[in-house]
Amino acid sequence: MEPFTTLTSRTVVLPASDIDTDQIIPARFLTTTTRTGLGRHLFADWRYDEHGTPRPDFALNRPEAANCRILVAGRNFGCGSSREHAPWALIDYGIRAVIATCFADIFRTNALKNGLLPVVVDDGTGGWLIAHPGVEVTLDVAQSTLALPSGATVTFPLEAFARHCLLEGVDELGFLLARSAAIYAHERRE
Amino acid sequence: MAASPQTLFDKVWQRHEVSAESAATPAVLYIDVHLVHEVTSPQAFTVLRERALRVRRPDRTLATMDHSTPTHPAQVFGGAPIAIESAARQIAELEHNCAEFGIELLALRHAQRGIVHVIGPELGLSQPGQTIVCGDSHTSTHGALGALAFGIGTTEVGHVLATQCLLQRKPQTLAVNVAGSLRPGVTAKDLILAIIGKLGVSGGTGHVIEYRGATIRALDMDQRMTVCNMSIEAGARAGMIAPDETTYAYLTGRPRAPRGEAWERALEVWRALPTDPGARFDREAHLDADSVEPMITYGTNPGMVIPIGGEIPQRPGDARFGEALAYMGFTPGEPIKDRPVNVVFIGSCTNARLSDLRGAAAVLRGRHIAPGLTMLVVPGSQQVKRAAEAEGLHHVFLEAGAEWRESGCSMCLGMNGDVVGRGEYAISTSNRNFEGRQGPGARTLLASPLTAAASAVRGRVTDPRELM
Repeated sequence: MEPFTTLTSRTVVLPASDIDTDQIIPARFLTTTTRTGLGRHLFADWRYDEHGTPRPDFALNRPEAANCRILVAGRNFGCGSSREHAPWALIDYGIRAVIATCFADIFRTNALKNGLLPVVVDDGTGGWLIAHPGVEVTLDVAQSTLALPSGATVTFPLEAFARHCLLEGVDELGFLLARSAAIYAHERRE
Repeated sequence: MAASPQTLFDKVWQRHEVSAESAATPAVLYIDVHLVHEVTSPQAFTVLRERALRVRRPDRTLATMDHSTPTHPAQVFGGAPIAIESAARQIAELEHNCAEFGIELLALRHAQRGIVHVIGPELGLSQPGQTIVCGDSHTSTHGALGALAFGIGTTEVGHVLATQCLLQRKPQTLAVNVAGSLRPGVTAKDLILAIIGKLGVSGGTGHVIEYRGATIRALDMDQRMTVCNMSIEAGARAGMIAPDETTYAYLTGRPRAPRGEAWERALEVWRALPTDPGARFDREAHLDADSVEPMITYGTNPGMVIPIGGEIPQRPGDARFGEALAYMGFTPGEPIKDRPVNVVFIGSCTNARLSDLRGAAAVLRGRHIAPGLTMLVVPGSQQVKRAAEAEGLHHVFLEAGAEWRESGCSMCLGMNGDVVGRGEYAISTSNRNFEGRQGPGARTLLASPLTAAASAVRGRVTDPRELM
């Protein structure tokens, strides 16, 4: 994984709450056996009409959404299926962080394991960001802060271990493999 | 000093901690059973190859194929190629991966193949007190046996393959206490839909649910699995029910359950698992089963649910709610009963076990489905299929005009080509009514097998009690 230290970007906003992973990446695209190339199917049924033509009024299709790397959404983003194809599709499309007032558990876990930053904010901050699409904000992983255009910063929760993995660009598998002796000891106790 | 009282969850968690969590690191949690399927595993095997790793405990790993598999007999058993080429490749890749890494696979034509959450309990592999994971959010189903069972992503599938462990923060606990008795025509599906309606689709986020109370104790194992299955639809990664005599009777004699002395030793451990009197939950909720009606969803998430005799609710000023109703083609204030239906699907890890098929068949016996309606009955496993056929249930479905297929996830998520058409209404015994879940533009109404069968007969949303 690439290290994730800071990110400054304009936002693209999907105001809906409870955006499920079937919307993020519909199941018919899950017959792939690789992690790459899913970005073109991100939000497929919202982005394209039934003939495959982009819907011009969908937020990601508007010209001002080009190169936005931060997605703002309503509460409970990523609910439903455990498919890791959801964060893979977001990352492949170019999104590196999602801001919402809460995330579904499995999506949040999957996102962090792929260097996609889930940023939980309070209702006031979330509501303001939804009402002001396209503003430029800065995320700082080391400080766990989100800097708003007003100059104000809000902090977001990020566990120490997840922060370490993001900043160093390391994954968790190495950590688990290094616990091999403790795992053997546990198996012997059983 | 006596140990402080613990919940069922606390006990299972504690016994599987390789190391406890600290401020700096999550807990390392040992996994007893890892279930693998074709859709969420290929990229995990790729990581093993990239890092030159082996599967640590193939003996604790079981693979099957269910999500993208065909349900047409000819595509399963020969005579026709698998219609979706990418699905066929995915199936072949799982076969290759299991052979290379030494994992037991219940492959496409295996007599014990089926939906991963149906076969785990059916084989007696899923047992009380275990930790069970799978790259699928409905792994919560196995909690019906008193296991801690939850869905994981593909990266975590790789972690479990390589180390038999996961890094986890300890979740909170939520007790859902259900008192009273379910009335005739009201099923476990209606109960869990009512619970989700009460908690909301994110009400259980960060929590493991324990379903408790006299109503839950009175449910059989199939019904308990239906309840635990949909825990994730309330946001909870896991749902659990304490093991009891019903659980032990269910497991007795199953091929992978312990036998002889091992069974006696296991029983002793299992009997100590239920939540101790006085144990504290982080949150509690209560529901009265007597007041639960047959439930049906009207919107685009499982929390948008009403009694079948109810009207489509209003939420003025809620734009997303309005969009959901527009997608469904419903208007606030209108009754949901008697709305026309195009497709009925009886299947999925929620409602495709033998008792579900028996319930649907009881409604359909001697009746025919409405003209123009399509009805698909997809058993949860090949064993369920054979058991249903031994009772003649397939004749009931076929004579009623339904299709009788090979097992798999099928129309629950439409990956295998079993889809609902654009704009069509489907009554489905599955677990998710998300936009496009059953096919682009499909409109899903979640309900029990009884409601689904009754609605198939009338071609309209029907209270099953009218046909019983």
